[in-house]
Amino acid sequence: MDFGIVELSRLQFAMTALYHFLFVPLTLGLSIIVAIMETVYVMTNRPIWRQMTKFWGTLFGINFVLGVATGITMEFQFGMNWSYYSHYVGDIFGAPLAIEGLMAFFLEATFVGLFFFGWDKLSKVGHLISAWLVAIGSNFSALWILIANGWMQNPVGAEFNPMTMRMEMTSFTEVLFNEVAQAKFVHTVSAGYVTAAVFVLGVSAWYLLKGRHTELARRSIAVAASFGLAAALSVVVLGDESGYSASHTQKMKLAAIEAMWETHPAPAPFTAFGLPDQEARETKYAIEIPWVMGLIGTRSLTTEIPGIEELVHQAEDRIRSGLIAYDALMEIRADLNNVSDAARAQFEEHSDDLGFALLLKRYVDDPREATEEQILMAADDTVPTVWPLFWAFRIMVALGFSFIGLMLYFFYLASFKGMKFPKFALRLAVIMIPAPWIAAELGWFVAEFGRQPWTVDGVLPTALSVSSLSVTEVAMTLAGFVLFYTVLFIVEMGLMIKYIKKGPYMDVKETDEWMDVHRRRMITVGEPDAIATPAE
Amino acid sequence: MILHELISFDILRLIWWVLLGVLLIGFALTDGFDMGVGALLPFVAKSDTERRMVINTVGPVWEGNQVWFILGGGAIFAAWPPLYAVSFSGFYLAMWVVLAALIVRPVAFKYRSKRESTSWRSAWDWALFAGGFVPALIFGVAVGNVLQGVPFHLTPDLHSIYEGGVAGKFFGLLNPFALLTGIVSVGMLVMHGSAWLSLKSEGVIVERARTYGAYGATVAGLGFVIAGVWLAFGVDGYSFVNAVDPAGPSNPLLSEVSKGGSWLNAYNDRPWIMVAPIMGLTGVLLTIRGLRAGHEVSTLLTSKMAILGMISSVGLTMFPFILPSSSDPKSSLTVWDASSSHMTLFIMLVVTLIFMPLILAYTAWVYKVLWGKVTEKDVIEHGDSLY
Repeated sequence: MDFGIVELSRLQFAMTALYHFLFVPLTLGLSIIVAIMETVYVMTNRPIWRQMTKFWGTLFGINFVLGVATGITMEFQFGMNWSYYSHYVGDIFGAPLAIEGLMAFFLEATFVGLFFFGWDKLSKVGHLISAWLVAIGSNFSALWILIANGWMQNPVGAEFNPMTMRMEMTSFTEVLFNEVAQAKFVHTVSAGYVTAAVFVLGVSAWYLLKGRHTELARRSIAVAASFGLAAALSVVVLGDESGYSASHTQKMKLAAIEAMWETHPAPAPFTAFGLPDQEARETKYAIEIPWVMGLIGTRSLTTEIPGIEELVHQAEDRIRSGLIAYDALMEIRADLNNVSDAARAQFEEHSDDLGFALLLKRYVDDPREATEEQILMAADDTVPTVWPLFWAFRIMVALGFSFIGLMLYFFYLASFKGMKFPKFALRLAVIMIPAPWIAAELGWFVAEFGRQPWTVDGVLPTALSVSSLSVTEVAMTLAGFVLFYTVLFIVEMGLMIKYIKKGPYMDVKETDEWMDVHRRRMITVGEPDAIATPAE
Repeated sequence: MILHELISFDILRLIWWVLLGVLLIGFALTDGFDMGVGALLPFVAKSDTERRMVINTVGPVWEGNQVWFILGGGAIFAAWPPLYAVSFSGFYLAMWVVLAALIVRPVAFKYRSKRESTSWRSAWDWALFAGGFVPALIFGVAVGNVLQGVPFHLTPDLHSIYEGGVAGKFFGLLNPFALLTGIVSVGMLVMHGSAWLSLKSEGVIVERARTYGAYGATVAGLGFVIAGVWLAFGVDGYSFVNAVDPAGPSNPLLSEVSKGGSWLNAYNDRPWIMVAPIMGLTGVLLTIRGLRAGHEVSTLLTSKMAILGMISSVGLTMFPFILPSSSDPKSSLTVWDASSSHMTLFIMLVVTLIFMPLILAYTAWVYKVLWGKVTEKDVIEHGDSLY
């Protein structure tokens, strides 16, 4: 087992996934915000809403294309860098990825062309439908990706088949309705909505500070604040749902996030602050809030949440049980055409723990030859590194609550204070623009780093999942990605800033519509209506 | 759930082998012309307006077309996991080059027109060229290598190990036969791109496209014939040593395979598959004629026929082999031992039967909405909302 390959492959996956996830949340949310704006346009016929749709649509396009481009990497990277993983779980994991293409990505990618090129070729309603299909497509995309990811966190509906040496699906409905996947989906798309809302809010606030495009900016803030408020509430509530499901599906991840070294008598306290020390298995300077953890994790005052020590002991037992399964598997594999009933029965009894025996492959080629010491080391390996999880989680949650505050405040100003926004609030909105991205990336980190040392929890260790490649090859592609992605990022940011600075433009049709509206108003009202005057 | 046993395992495998072909051919028929147009861009369009006219013929549709490729990847993962695992990690650096080309291509489409500067635009033009030419070449090279067998073996745990060092692995792919198939692939997509341009563009662009398209088609046709002769005399085929159970477990190591004999024996065993190469060559000839005569719609259709014929020839010739191993024939992946489980194949079939007709319907509708030529006037007058 070459450890360099594992580390490099992980680094590459983390880098490309985190990079991909810079664009995805904005796509998820902005597609809906744009569709909402166009709906208002179609319903009210007010040209300002058409202009808003086009302006935010342009920014959506600049972002969307990088999401698409970097998504290609994600789809192919499993086979390139993680070929044993692909073989081992492709029977289950491949299905949602393919369904994503069939059901969601095709829809999104086909209609995004019409969205940008179809303004003159479609009726108003036809174009509106295109906009919604793009939004629906991208959100369905997220659903299937998270069903795939949810299975890695909580591998239900599958069992190991000794004949094919891989996991095979036993129930598609279990994979589909995996509770982890459901909670993750809503949490993730809500995070995307918050990202887009904060983005629209921030950019609009900047316009107001500069006194430019104020009509577009005010209306955009109204949309962003109401959409963002609902989304910010949902992201926190569903985050809590994820925590609750982790308490029975991914106990180790939960214990690591909370730096809960020992099992507390129920209800466990929540550590708001502390410095986790992995070596000593204790958290220094801990500030604990009684009961809170027990309530979040189990929604009861009497259920215990197991601590890391206890889970390591359980892992040790499971390694020993896994070794029995592994032994039986070797006997089965020796002659696949003549499998004895005894070996099969022995395997089936312990097959749930097979993955734990595979943890030993890091130390010995044949896990059955592992020493006591190696078994204890492998059991220790089931604990992810605690401090990054502990902190990433806390920063994410704090940011999550800050978005509720921000959106609530702007919603209040927009709804009850006649859209009068104080300068400091506008500046705050601009400063907050990067915050949802930080929260989203940290969320991904907590979910994936917290699952270590597994790619599929309890089934397949990360160290075993990689392709048989040389360090040179993985290093070359990693360097290539870093180079490419850095250039693309600079180009993208440059264009975003250029188009934000440039602001909305009016095409011929819009100008005509403006003129119409004005002419009518001059005749009927006699004085210009403040809220409906065109942007400068 | 026993619902999936409605269709037997071997039939499902056969269906998924056909669907694999449908997806790859669907990719070549749709995104194929986008790539052809990209590869033709520097040759058929000189000024910025001309280039924009060319780019905007595919502007609204390349994104949807590209999904055939993504879906192809996803479907291989779901239906043929061993193939996904072995081929993508085996062709590692070549795959990365394809990825790099396909990453810059979308960005080039979208960002090119966003700044006025000449150097900005010409940089993205090169990206579009690479995004078309490079994948076309590498996919063709890959097919050539698959036909010859690829040096890998499977361990008893079914880890796939690809033989050779870093450079050997990459440059080993570029052998003469594979380069020939690579050229066929480029020629084929150039032909397809020019057929598309003559339908969707006008004036001098169409004239140039027709000239290059006829060259491309000629190269593809001749190359295809030479590759056929080469297969007859210079490339070993593969066959099973003893009968395999078409409904057996997906473990390639359970069967015995030998290298030797000719792939073309398939044409003795299943003479009807002659249809495919005949269709391919007829398509090429009709396309050359159509391009010369200036037919538009019919040329695009004959070009599609050529592609359909040529790609399906490869699959039908190799059946039931999908990815033979040259260094350890026993490890070869075939239709009967490299698929997903019975249940997964069934579920994926149901999903495909629901969504594929929908996809075809809305894609056809979108093409209908976008029907018509992209003219110089469009680019000059509506430049702001185009690529």
